[in-house]
Amino acid sequence: MSEFSLYLLQQLINGLTIGSTYALIAIGYTMVYGIIGMINFAHGEIYMIGSYVTFIVIAGLLGMGLVSLPIVLLIVLIVAVIVSSTYGWTVERVAYRPLRGSNRLIPLISAIGMSIFLQNYVGLSQGYRDAALPPQVVGGWTFGDPAVFEVTISYMQSIIWIATLLTMTALTLFISRSRMGRACRACSEDLGMTNLLGIDTNKIIALTFIVGAALAAVAGILLSLYYGVINPFVGFIAGLKAFTAAVLGGIGSIPGAMLGGLILGVTEAMTAAFFPAEYKDVVSFGLLVLILLFRPSGLLGKPEVEKV
Amino acid sequence: MLRIENVNTHYGQIQALHDISLEVKQGEIVTLIGANGAGKTTLMMTICGDPQATSGTIEFDGEVISGLDTPSVMRKGLAIVPEGRRVFSGMTVEENLFMGSYFRSKAEAQETVKHVLELFPRLEERFDQRAGTMSGGEQQMLAIGRAMMSKPRMILLDEPSLGLAPIIIQQIFDIIEKLRDEGVTIFLVEQNANQALRIADRGYVLENGRVVLEDTGDALLVNDDVRKAYLGG
Repeated sequence: MSEFSLYLLQQLINGLTIGSTYALIAIGYTMVYGIIGMINFAHGEIYMIGSYVTFIVIAGLLGMGLVSLPIVLLIVLIVAVIVSSTYGWTVERVAYRPLRGSNRLIPLISAIGMSIFLQNYVGLSQGYRDAALPPQVVGGWTFGDPAVFEVTISYMQSIIWIATLLTMTALTLFISRSRMGRACRACSEDLGMTNLLGIDTNKIIALTFIVGAALAAVAGILLSLYYGVINPFVGFIAGLKAFTAAVLGGIGSIPGAMLGGLILGVTEAMTAAFFPAEYKDVVSFGLLVLILLFRPSGLLGKPEVEKV
Repeated sequence: MLRIENVNTHYGQIQALHDISLEVKQGEIVTLIGANGAGKTTLMMTICGDPQATSGTIEFDGEVISGLDTPSVMRKGLAIVPEGRRVFSGMTVEENLFMGSYFRSKAEAQETVKHVLELFPRLEERFDQRAGTMSGGEQQMLAIGRAMMSKPRMILLDEPSLGLAPIIIQQIFDIIEKLRDEGVTIFLVEQNANQALRIADRGYVLENGRVVLEDTGDALLVNDDVRKAYLGG
């Protein structure tokens, strides 16, 4: 293979890696939107909290002398998912539930308030500056001719792919097979009717915030280990990217969020392959504008039907 | 069984129901007829707690249910087949039915589903099919089946014949009578007054949010005012 095609292959691998994590975060947006028709603008902060929990737990465990990587990662996973889900549940309780039934703009503003609060709450307690962690997972596979171009798949990238795949599979099974997952789908089709069947939809709404937060926590673990640097504002840009991915795939559609995340990740990586890396944000948000203009229902979303 | 006393309901500033009082006794089919916009659906939904009555009381089986939230009301042994059917179109017939028995145990639900499928063999044929791909009549059967899944003592039906072919309407009305024979009390809202009054024990006529007439089904069928207004003279 030529140098150029190997280079593109490397960008594709990088793009799919980032895209997987966008997809994980995007599902939180899309599930909440699917049920209550609102964008949870504090969702990026849940991801950020997941990242901080990862750093704190790893630093703590290493300080205690625990060095077995799989055990460390397992503990990180459990703690980060529990802590982030608790925050996700709290956001629903504090910023959404009291405002249910009011004008749609009002919960949007309270969610933005929640987002600013969480950024500064983490900033004040953990410091506003970048926190760094030495790479925990090093090494990878390389192939290609060293004289031309070497393609690398790092172990961390493969962990991200596998973790994303497992999480998505678990989510798909939960949504399609479990009793509560079915209730989630019923709520997203017709919340009022679900109430009329005696199902406590408040519980189901809280559940979607919790599930979305758990997925964001997984993304937080993966991306913070991948980059090794975080600050209290990482949730803002990651949240916007994931939101773009959700809109791209069709907001309200879970497969759409998965697809949108991957497409956005690859698009960014390809942009970075040809232009200075700063342009990748320009391209992703340019993409958002284009979708909103020409296909507001997204790739897999259903067009909004006006009910008579 | 169901007793509504002096109920008023408002949408914002607009009053939709004025001082409604009516009663449905155990084992009866009671129908509520009236023109478009008379408040029939509002009354149904007020029983379910959405919207809440602004004043008055609603009692079910001797227990006051006005003031409770919708899911709590619907777990008291009451089920609704709402206007426009509102089946979950992206979900299969099976999934739709089991949504109706969400708060019951799996064993109880399995038993009821058998009974529902006996009553609606059509639903058994379509068990794994998405509800949105079925005909209007089949969807109406599914909506009734879903309501039966909670094993209610009373079913509220809101315009079950709307938009269906005459032969299907006849089937739906046969099933309503069958349900009553099984001991389920029926409160039926219909624009198809002729057919509704034929199967009803008693009926109420609603006009502009007020009950203007109440009598047995047979008496209402021959009532001059009713004939003129709702039965085409």
